[in-house]
Amino acid sequence: MLYDIFIDPFVQMYDMPDFFLQVLWEGFVAGILYALIALGFVLIFKASGVFNFAQGIMVVFAGLTLVGLNENGIPAYLALALTIVAMGVLAYGVERVVMRPLVNQPDIILLMATIGLTYFLIGFGEFVFGGEPKQMITEQLGLPTGSTAIEMGERGLIILQHIDIAAAVIAVIMVTALGIFFNKTRIGRALRAVADDHQAALSVGISLNQIWAIVWFAAGLVALATGIMWGARSDVSFALEIVAFKALPVLILGGFTSIPGAIVGGLIIGFGEKIGELYWGGLVGGGIESWLAYIIALIFLLFRPQGLFGERIIERI
Amino acid sequence: MFYREAGQFKTSYKADQALMPILQDRIGLSVILIIAFVVIPAFANDFFLTSIMIPFLVFALAAIGLNVLTGFCGQLSLGTGAFMGVGAYAAYKLTTIFPDANVIVMVLLSGVFSAAIGAVFGLPSLRIKGLYLAVTTLAAQFFLEWCFIRIPWLYNYNASGAIEVPHREAFGFVVSGAEATPIVRYFIVLCITVVIAYLMANVLRGRIGRSWMMIRDMDIAAELMGIRPLQTKLMAFAVSSYICGVAGAMMVFFWLNAAEPSSYSISLSFQILFMVILGGLGSLSGSFMGAAFIWILPVFLKFIPGVLGIDLAAETVEHVTFMIVGALIIFFLIVEPHGFARLWQIGKQKLRVWPFPY
Repeated sequence: MLYDIFIDPFVQMYDMPDFFLQVLWEGFVAGILYALIALGFVLIFKASGVFNFAQGIMVVFAGLTLVGLNENGIPAYLALALTIVAMGVLAYGVERVVMRPLVNQPDIILLMATIGLTYFLIGFGEFVFGGEPKQMITEQLGLPTGSTAIEMGERGLIILQHIDIAAAVIAVIMVTALGIFFNKTRIGRALRAVADDHQAALSVGISLNQIWAIVWFAAGLVALATGIMWGARSDVSFALEIVAFKALPVLILGGFTSIPGAIVGGLIIGFGEKIGELYWGGLVGGGIESWLAYIIALIFLLFRPQGLFGERIIERI
Repeated sequence: MFYREAGQFKTSYKADQALMPILQDRIGLSVILIIAFVVIPAFANDFFLTSIMIPFLVFALAAIGLNVLTGFCGQLSLGTGAFMGVGAYAAYKLTTIFPDANVIVMVLLSGVFSAAIGAVFGLPSLRIKGLYLAVTTLAAQFFLEWCFIRIPWLYNYNASGAIEVPHREAFGFVVSGAEATPIVRYFIVLCITVVIAYLMANVLRGRIGRSWMMIRDMDIAAELMGIRPLQTKLMAFAVSSYICGVAGAMMVFFWLNAAEPSSYSISLSFQILFMVILGGLGSLSGSFMGAAFIWILPVFLKFIPGVLGIDLAAETVEHVTFMIVGALIIFFLIVEPHGFARLWQIGKQKLRVWPFPY
């Protein structure tokens, strides 16, 4: 038993490096996608202190809108543009209808409001586009679909899906773009000011409403990118919503307010999950992927409650 | 005018500290209890009992359980569904291991198991607060759900992987299994819910309940005043999980007859959390109102198109129901973030001063 837990998995890793590398690659890709979802959470949490539970459903919604428009005969790129417009409308609507009346309410109320929003979007999405899973229009969008096999001498080979590579590249571009946007532009600075202190930001003439609409729009764009990438790997369906919960342990690891944290946390969870599932999962009957991420986050929290890159929590009476 | 407590003098401490010192409250509660125990059983049909009243009471009990933890002790939990599942599986195992024992006793006992598991998952709450705690309870949710699927001993190695309630009799009635009549089930569920709600009303206004509220309002200050945070929080987790466990056991034994692991999924946790938030955090009566709203509203919405004579596909109705419920949740949060309990307080004030504006 002890041998199975502590020694055997490592022996396997050494014996079959091609399989191990393949697992690492899978973990990396899963981690990138978790990180993308977590990024949407972080954007909104940073600027408004709202924990946006609807991010998961926004991913589904964006994907569905894109595919649904394309099914109705609209060319792929036009559909993409229209989806971006739709996410903008959604962002403005959420700011206007949900966030503005709830300014200054306790966190849990805002959290519940976003869960209410989740219900609404599930109903709306299914009402408009139907509930069955859809194929993502990968080829029409000009995304690569093939795969490459890399030979590793006599050790075997690793298979890389091109779409996964594209996902990684897009994630990197997006994070860089967001980083530049936050640090160099006028609106980005205003966003950070709002994140620091709502009242102080208001007093120097920053419009909270405008900032929130922008942030929700940015989160909508991230959701769209995530939806395309995730949809290309599997289907666009409401099952994605469960995956969005995985963003929570990612956020815990990375800290709720840190963009690099979301990326690092996503990668740690992605690697940890795949390696844990494939090398240790068999010992307890498999399927441990569903909760391993949370346990990792839980253990992590016991030692560092503010996350890897989070700001230190100071409590006073 | 209608709700006037002026002039109701108390002559002893006992009378002053009664659970309901105001006459109107006592009358109101008596009316509700008479309706619940006499009027509904006398006039309701089986459909009303099985698809409205029994689930409503089960969910109300679960909402009370979560309210103890989230509303009174301030610890956000997303694992309610799993704790209910622990109760259900424990009750199933107990009734199959001890076939001769009374099912109702077993249902009440099953809560003990879920209390123990709840206390274990409550341990991190000493270091972790708020949203972070929500994630640890999510760990409980997904881990326990996984256990329900992967440990065949829990469902007696069934081929289907679901638990099915065995046929049992107690006090000369068939109380569980497919043959139990709705009216018997209703009375059992009603009695358990009322008794637990009464006990909790007293616990919450006593020393234990007050120490929970101190922890909720400011844990550091409470600690300085001599409340032990570890024991208090763990007790809140245990009591809350006990109640949720009993509710979960009742859910399968007296309502559904059979349950799969997916019956106790994360969406159940959210449903209960909605009931608590919409009903009002930190209010027992709010738990009932929230449960009524979240459970009964969709049931009614399903019938509206039929009554109006509009022919809609069942799917469409379900999607629209989702939309309406989501929109109403946001609407009520905006109108009154403190829930129906606060609306009821405002209503009482209006009744008090009527016909004057203030």
